[in-house]
Amino acid sequence: MDFNDTQEEAKFRKEAYEWLKANAPLKEGPKDGWRAASEEEGLKEVKVWQKKLHEDGWACMHWPKAYGGRESTPIERVIWGQEVSKFKVPGGYLEIGQGMAGPVMMMYATEEQKERYLPPLATGEEIWCQLFSEPAAGSDVAGIKTKAELDGDTWTINGQKVWTSGAHFSDYGILVTRSDPSAPKHKGLTFFFVDMKSPGIEVKPIKQISGGANFNEVYFTDVKIPDSQRLGAVGDGWKVSLTTLMNERLAVGDASGPDFEEAFSLARGQDLNGKLAIENDAVREKLADWYCQQSGLKFAKYRNISALSRGETPGPQSSITKIVSGNKLQEVANFGLDILDSAGIIRTDEEGAEQSMYQYGFYGAAGIRIAGGTDEILKNIISEQVLGMPQDMRADKGIPFNEIPSGNK
Amino acid sequence: MNFEFSADQMQLKDIARKFLEKEETVRRARNILEGEESYDKDLWSQVAEMGFTATAIPEEYGGLGLGYLELCVIAEELGRSLAPTPFSSSVYLATESILQFGSDSLKQANLPSLASGEKIGAFAHAESTTSPTEKNITCEFKDGSLSGSKIAVTDGDVADFFIVSAKSGAEVGLFLVESSIDGVEITSQPTLDPSRSHAAITFKNAKAEALDSGWSNITTLLDRAAVLFSFEQLGGAEACMDMAKEYAMGRYAFGRSIASFQAIKHKLADMYIAVELARSNCYYGAWALSTDAPELPTAAATCRVSASQAYHECSKENIQTHGGMGFTWEFDCHLYYRRCRQLAANIGSQSIWKDKLISSLERANQI
Repeated sequence: MDFNDTQEEAKFRKEAYEWLKANAPLKEGPKDGWRAASEEEGLKEVKVWQKKLHEDGWACMHWPKAYGGRESTPIERVIWGQEVSKFKVPGGYLEIGQGMAGPVMMMYATEEQKERYLPPLATGEEIWCQLFSEPAAGSDVAGIKTKAELDGDTWTINGQKVWTSGAHFSDYGILVTRSDPSAPKHKGLTFFFVDMKSPGIEVKPIKQISGGANFNEVYFTDVKIPDSQRLGAVGDGWKVSLTTLMNERLAVGDASGPDFEEAFSLARGQDLNGKLAIENDAVREKLADWYCQQSGLKFAKYRNISALSRGETPGPQSSITKIVSGNKLQEVANFGLDILDSAGIIRTDEEGAEQSMYQYGFYGAAGIRIAGGTDEILKNIISEQVLGMPQDMRADKGIPFNEIPSGNK
Repeated sequence: MNFEFSADQMQLKDIARKFLEKEETVRRARNILEGEESYDKDLWSQVAEMGFTATAIPEEYGGLGLGYLELCVIAEELGRSLAPTPFSSSVYLATESILQFGSDSLKQANLPSLASGEKIGAFAHAESTTSPTEKNITCEFKDGSLSGSKIAVTDGDVADFFIVSAKSGAEVGLFLVESSIDGVEITSQPTLDPSRSHAAITFKNAKAEALDSGWSNITTLLDRAAVLFSFEQLGGAEACMDMAKEYAMGRYAFGRSIASFQAIKHKLADMYIAVELARSNCYYGAWALSTDAPELPTAAATCRVSASQAYHECSKENIQTHGGMGFTWEFDCHLYYRRCRQLAANIGSQSIWKDKLISSLERANQI
């Protein structure tokens, strides 16, 4: 048992580090990182960085070389991730396209389409979004209602999507629709990719509890999609969606925000009732709990990496990451604000203000526990797919979709 | 990265598991719980014959000279199977004390018979309802003999010798006292888990031999033992999760398997999360123990807290999943519920280990 690389891994790590060293600044501390002045600026910087990655063969590393990838092994991707985390590099706009749209295109698009659409995803020239959730279809995502009707070889789309990250700056989107409302819920779906500049698409930002707007509502009014942009057979949309949902659940990992280290350092510097908070036993107990959770996730990840390193498929441990880290973030944020006493609720734009980090965690955790599969859906997945327990009995099984009550009625 | 047990170690784990299953150790634990015996002598001799007691003892002292990773996988299976033997007392505590802090003559005199299982050792530490500290230990060693009282000594009624914490002048250290000599009085104590025997011991000028002295040795001993106890707790926790799942799958209510209800599925998912965190932290502990890493105090406390939490979660929710039957004497759920408590109490409570964890992180941060 050790934490060492194999010879090939060490060689690859060195190569990755050296390339990064030559092309990006090292982080100056654990809290240092890349930040963009605005979304627009960020997008520009990401595109420049992605182009550079692609030119030197570090883009979409596990993809085939023909589409702009490197044909790397899973362990090489992990090592790259570890090395890149030491540097201040742009990120955050391309993940959905490369992580979710890319794989589904690779599986279901024609060869010509792959050659046309995959390379610009790898180079960062084109941005993609994912059009799945709807107002009446969140956790029950198969319950979508956006209508797709075929006339000749053109589909007409009408309906509304929601929680679409980056729709306002995306070039293309992957879209799941209902083509047959009289079929049972999972049977009448059809999957497409769509040009986001198509006439009839309207994007409206959603204001979140933090005041920011990272997501959108997307309205479709008589949007035309050629049948050639259908992915998978008519009525097979659920099967196609699962490819991306599984990728999404793996992609939404650790909740970012204050963690054990921040809470520990806060408790060591902040008075609570006349003495340092760290001297309070209740504080020590909480800190110990968070440390154990953080450590458990870290070493679960190491176990996964070890499996990859041996060329095996990792176990299902990663399914617990989001549940544990999301809840931990919510508790740590609440603790930080508590320790700061009444000052904890004061909002400030002041650079580096102690309470800001906990306030963002306070807002962010509430979203993390829902995004990409709620805690409850993830527990269903663990019990069904990991422990092999039966599915819940469904009230809508076998019933034509248009006879099932959904949403708020 | 190779953060896994090796194929050989996993094979040893498999051998241990099959052996313990074949020996119906859960039934044996029930027999001890219900009967007059303090432990299962037949199982103990078989465990010794398998070489489990000799695992980490060097060959020069009659051991197998394997490492602590091997001992960890055995501990997990002993915990899973509720084996009613003095293994934890004799191997994780008494053998470790002598291995780490005993003179060569103590090693020569004791390790071969500990390896073969002929001798059983126990660790006598607690004295009252207050957890033992460097300040509150009252047992005292003076002029070659030891006086004072200890309580809740696991396997105290069957041990051939005790490793006793006692003060000597200004220092607190570890001392070896034979159980059959003058001045040693042993009284069995009933406990929440009668499948493991406990005793109160009174020493009156009992002849004792000092190990290397110092409170830090006691801390190190407990850190090392904590990793092995954690693996027992992990095995027990996973056994409870598996039992709860099996029962839920086969139990029907409201016209369907109760395993299809989200209330039950989410309970099992919570158990799985607790077990996965504990397992990952136990591996960290195993790594630190087997490599004598400076991180051992942090790693030991982390896995101890995590495994105690997982076993608590799984053993109580296993009863809950079984409903009324889980509360009966007839079903095995209570055997695990009891053992969970016994293991959680044995080398210090969760609160103590949480405090140790934060203290070790404070120290690490100062450097």
